[in-house]
Amino acid sequence: MNSTWSRFNITSIVLGFAFLYLPIVLLIVFSFNESKLVTVWGGFSTKWYVSLFHNQGLMDATWVTARVGVISATVATVLGTLAAITLTRYTRFRGRVLFSGMVFAPLVMPEVITGLSLLLLFVAVGLDRGFFTVTLAHITFTMCFVAVVVQSRLVSFDRSLEEAAMDLGAPPVKTFFQITLPVILPAIISGWMLAFTLSLDDLVIASFSSGPGATTLPMKIYSQVRLGVTPEINAACTILIAVVAIGVIIASIANKRREIQRQLDEQAAQRG
Amino acid sequence: MKSLGSIRRDFAPWNDPNAKPYIQFDKVTKKFGEFTAVNNLSLTIFEREFFALLGASGCGKSTLLRMLAGFEEPTAGRILLDGQDLRGIPPYKRPVNMMFQSYALFPHMTVEKNIAFGLKQEGMPGPDIEKRVAEMLKLVKLEQFAKRKPHQLSGGQRQRVALARSVAKRPKVLLLDEPLGALDKKLREETQFELMDLQQELGLTFVVVTHDQEEAMTMADRIAIMDKGEVMQVATPAEIYEAPTSRFVAHFVGNVNMFEGKVAEHTANATRITGATGAEIVVDNGGKAAAGSDIVFAIRPEKIKVSSKKPADAVNALEGEVYDVAYLGDMTVYHIKLDDGQIVRASALNASRVTEDPLTWNDRAWVSFRPDAGVVLTR
Repeated sequence: MNSTWSRFNITSIVLGFAFLYLPIVLLIVFSFNESKLVTVWGGFSTKWYVSLFHNQGLMDATWVTARVGVISATVATVLGTLAAITLTRYTRFRGRVLFSGMVFAPLVMPEVITGLSLLLLFVAVGLDRGFFTVTLAHITFTMCFVAVVVQSRLVSFDRSLEEAAMDLGAPPVKTFFQITLPVILPAIISGWMLAFTLSLDDLVIASFSSGPGATTLPMKIYSQVRLGVTPEINAACTILIAVVAIGVIIASIANKRREIQRQLDEQAAQRG
Repeated sequence: MKSLGSIRRDFAPWNDPNAKPYIQFDKVTKKFGEFTAVNNLSLTIFEREFFALLGASGCGKSTLLRMLAGFEEPTAGRILLDGQDLRGIPPYKRPVNMMFQSYALFPHMTVEKNIAFGLKQEGMPGPDIEKRVAEMLKLVKLEQFAKRKPHQLSGGQRQRVALARSVAKRPKVLLLDEPLGALDKKLREETQFELMDLQQELGLTFVVVTHDQEEAMTMADRIAIMDKGEVMQVATPAEIYEAPTSRFVAHFVGNVNMFEGKVAEHTANATRITGATGAEIVVDNGGKAAAGSDIVFAIRPEKIKVSSKKPADAVNALEGEVYDVAYLGDMTVYHIKLDDGQIVRASALNASRVTEDPLTWNDRAWVSFRPDAGVVLTR
């Protein structure tokens, strides 16, 4: 394979990365801007980060988002895992195709429709909109993502592990908690993290289902931007990016290490 | 019929009319939807027996094993273990343990924990578990691997962990599903003998499922040959090989030559068979087939002698031409094309380094065999 750097290669890489990352780099750079004007560079400063932590509105929104994220991701993980287990294990019940289709439909459902229909439901049953309804809405739309992740792991799960556990005297419930759950746990954790991230950056559904006192961070940022972008918002976004990036990097390093360790182990095992 | 010889230890409860059966399949049928995996099958296995279920894939042997373990319930019929009907008893309450083809080691537990799993389930106290686990590790020679996880072991080591885990609870019966299928040939041969020793040492009843006839012949006291959900024959390895009762069994185990023919006549101690060619075969054990009936005469290649001249004293001798010769080192395999066109396979042990009667392609040759060298099959 030709691996030399041709001019064409370099150009396409630079353009591609610029297209992807220029906006984000700009945002990060301007979060360290001394000037109050967002688009005029006035020297380096971290003052917007300091003032960010004194902005009660933004801090409240962050707290709401974190709580909604953790609670909805946890409940969605439990429900999504149960749905995945049902769909992979009980393959012969009536209406399975319809059921699995319905579990996965929200993946491609436009968010506006999901949000609007949830709003209609909450109004119809007379639920006061607020923290509870946002959480409920996030459970609804993240659950199917968890189900997809867990189901893909369950498909390759060796059923004889469970049979071996039962054969050795473990009743079905014990088998599930001692064998099945630990083995599929990495997929469940990925599912939880996916659900948490989705909840973290959701604006549309939250806007429909939220009420007074339950403003999430994306909603807060959006509403502030409408009054004009401040460097404070840039700082808030930079922190969000940093949090997500650090999470992704740690996860991939851990994964890589595990992979390398596994290969070393296997080589050692082959040698005896 | 003369005795087939006993090369195994003196253990034959199946010949004792008073022996108590240990495992009994009583007219067992198992259907999966329209498909009948096991069809009205009856089978008896005795205590401390090493029993092999041998058959091609899809013959129902694994289903039989899974019904014994409790993963499947029979559609009809009963399975008795030590006199107890197993119907409705879930796998986790049956006194049998199984070694899985994939080994099914718990990937998140160490070797030690894997072996201890079954003992913990029955509520054995901690110190006793430790003692038993140490004992098991010693038995399979894996003492220094106790703290390893399954993925840190080689295939042979994993197999031994699976074995230790399945015998740790001292089950009444150990079920082994293709126990050596994932090992390479050399390791497989070693492990066959290890398994036999282990079975002797623990005094357990082993039921092994395999598609490998050599494996079954080596290890088992008795073999059940299965086809399409039915048992074709249950017998010792020697009987299966030397006295098959059907074409299927004769064909399934080892190599065999088959001659189609009719029973011409029974004399005092011999039976004359006339083949399609008019060539006559005399055998001394064709008594069961009625005169005039269509039969098949089956004979193993190593029981046929090949020579360039017609042996003077041969009762049965057929003439033909050398069609193919394969020199395999320990023996030479000849394909002789008889004058009627049938090809006969004969193998000769190369007992000396030079042969006095060399035969090569297109030579005229005679095949000859004794009257007791083959069997007459009616089905």
